[in-house]
Amino acid sequence: MAAPQTIRPEDEADEPVPAMQQLLDNPFLLLFIGIAMPTVLYVVWGVMEIVGIPLAR
Amino acid sequence: MAINRNFRTCPTTGLVFHEQADRLIRWNAVAGVVSLLVGGVLALLVTLTRWPAVHLLPADWFYLVLTAHGLDMLVFWIIFFEIAVLYFCGAVLLRCRIAAPRWAWLGFALMVIGAVTNNVAVFRGDSSVMFTSYAPMGAHPAFYLGLILFAVGALIGCFVFLGTLVVARSEGTFHGSLPLVTFGAVTACIIAIFTIASGAIILIPTFLWSIGLVSHIDSLMYRTVWWAFGHSSQQINVAAHVSIWYAIAAIVFGAKALSERVSRTAFLLYICFLQLASAHHLLADPGLTSNWKIFNTSYAMYLAVLASMVHGLTVPGAIEVAQREKGYNRGLFEWLRKAPWGNPVFSGMFISLVGFGFLGGISGVMMGTEQLNLIIHNTIYVPGHFHATVVVGTTLAFMSMTYFLIPVLFRRELMFPGLARWQPYLFGLGMSSFALFMMGAGTLGVPRRHWDITFAGNPLGYEFPGTAYLMMGIMALSGIVAVVGGIAYLLITVGSVFFGKRIGGSEFKALSVREGRASPPAPQPVAAAITGHGSIGIGGFVAPGTFTLALVFLVAFVLYYFVNWKYLSTLWPLS
Ligand code: HEM
Ligand SMILES: [Cu+2]
Repeated sequence: MAAPQTIRPEDEADEPVPAMQQLLDNPFLLLFIGIAMPTVLYVVWGVMEIVGIPLAR
Repeated sequence: MAINRNFRTCPTTGLVFHEQADRLIRWNAVAGVVSLLVGGVLALLVTLTRWPAVHLLPADWFYLVLTAHGLDMLVFWIIFFEIAVLYFCGAVLLRCRIAAPRWAWLGFALMVIGAVTNNVAVFRGDSSVMFTSYAPMGAHPAFYLGLILFAVGALIGCFVFLGTLVVARSEGTFHGSLPLVTFGAVTACIIAIFTIASGAIILIPTFLWSIGLVSHIDSLMYRTVWWAFGHSSQQINVAAHVSIWYAIAAIVFGAKALSERVSRTAFLLYICFLQLASAHHLLADPGLTSNWKIFNTSYAMYLAVLASMVHGLTVPGAIEVAQREKGYNRGLFEWLRKAPWGNPVFSGMFISLVGFGFLGGISGVMMGTEQLNLIIHNTIYVPGHFHATVVVGTTLAFMSMTYFLIPVLFRRELMFPGLARWQPYLFGLGMSSFALFMMGAGTLGVPRRHWDITFAGNPLGYEFPGTAYLMMGIMALSGIVAVVGGIAYLLITVGSVFFGKRIGGSEFKALSVREGRASPPAPQPVAAAITGHGSIGIGGFVAPGTFTLALVFLVAFVLYYFVNWKYLSTLWPLS
């Protein structure tokens, strides 16, 4: 039997897609990450600190 | 109504343009260039006022013109062009029809109305609040309304782009993962959606405050949320111009990314961390803790900076490999010497890359360090930094892309090709020197947004050293060189688009979904895959020149960083 001489696209379809690639191929999951991270770590955390400043009297 | 499925194929590049996408890209680019024209006239006026020897405008006009310059450039020019870039990376690179073209036109109309409304408000004279418009400083309601309309329009553009990706997937116009350049555009689009949402969260209450429906806007709250908009919008620019670097490397050299995986991961770092760096604008603000500041700037920002360095290396690295494979394989730098320096598409892109990295990148990391930030806070160092990033980096990258788009998209021959050869040098080098001398003057304490640094007639004066005046003078002269470069760009683009010789041979034809499907990828011979980049490079490195440039960059970086710590230690003598 002759060894296959080429990497055919069909061969690739048989292999499971790595998790990282699945993430990178999903724009809407990326959109979620790109909104959630700054909203929590920058906006919400920052606003909580500002709200927590005691009022002068 | 039937879906418009008219496409044309560009005979020289093979790129496929959907009729509506073609028109939308052109109109958005034109609106951007008109904003650049207005912003450029204002740039000259601002520069001539900040040149102490000329001091052109009276104070009230200076602040008005400065406000309009910031908005027309940083918001209107950049974002109109970015929407064009998104549609290009979506519809054209995926050979796909644009999703919901009528929504896209609505978005464009809102952006135009918003930009005009905002400009009218500024030129009325009662909205000279700078583009940051910090509350409690109040502008005319039309100022905020214009920005909100513009933002809604841009948001629609982002969703049209995402919709186009969905259409391309379902109609099978591409296989597997998105092309890298389109992936970069996805990054830009995601950051844009966060940016615009933050802008809405803060500008809508401020608009209501300006018409009296809200009684009070907390100034620190305003600054915190506003910078989620103001800083993140700069990160749209970074993601967009990095995508353009990759695109131009591919267009001019046929260069392929050294490692798609590494480049994509670097874009993912942008998505996760770039927007957190917004906190660097609040480093000198009391009220926010050092935990919040240092987490968001140092920790998160360094990961984003890492990503920029990855892009800054893989793009020239890819070019180097492509050039070496073409036979320019001698020594460290033959590939670079033999690059097409007379082609403005390449020279503009390369100056953009180097200027962004060396001037914008290094100064940005310095400023983003909480302690060092005190040295330059609110000095003219800050505009020095961002003219290096957003003008040398983004604007110049967009300019070089235009030279590619004029024949391909507008179907016109480039006018004044001799001038076009020189334009990136005039603009890029003029701007680099402008930014550098701004940083120099800023290190000596010269304030930004300041009408008169002689403090003539003020009860409390301050005497800046003569060097500061010298630097402001050289800054202005360099700025004028850059303005000349800007005029050249406008002359070439406007001239070509309206009066350039038409290029025929590419008519729109209806294409069914089936005809539009991408053909399956060609099988790759195993031998080519294994022996790729076999015999190029030096001592096992495929891209030794880029590696050397990276070392030069690191040394410059480390030296500059430590010099600033040393300088900080001398500011408050404790002995
Ligand atoms: C030839 C080109 C340009 C020249 C000579 C120029 C010059 C200047 C000068 C002198 C200032 C005033 C700095 C100060 O007093 O604080 C300024 C501010 C500014 N410029 Fe430019 N500029 C140019 C192009 C651009 C471009 C292309 C952009 C954006 C993409 C831009 C964005 C800004 C912004 C955002 C400000 C700050 C406004 C503010 O402080 O509110 N400039 N520019
Ligand atoms: Cu910033």
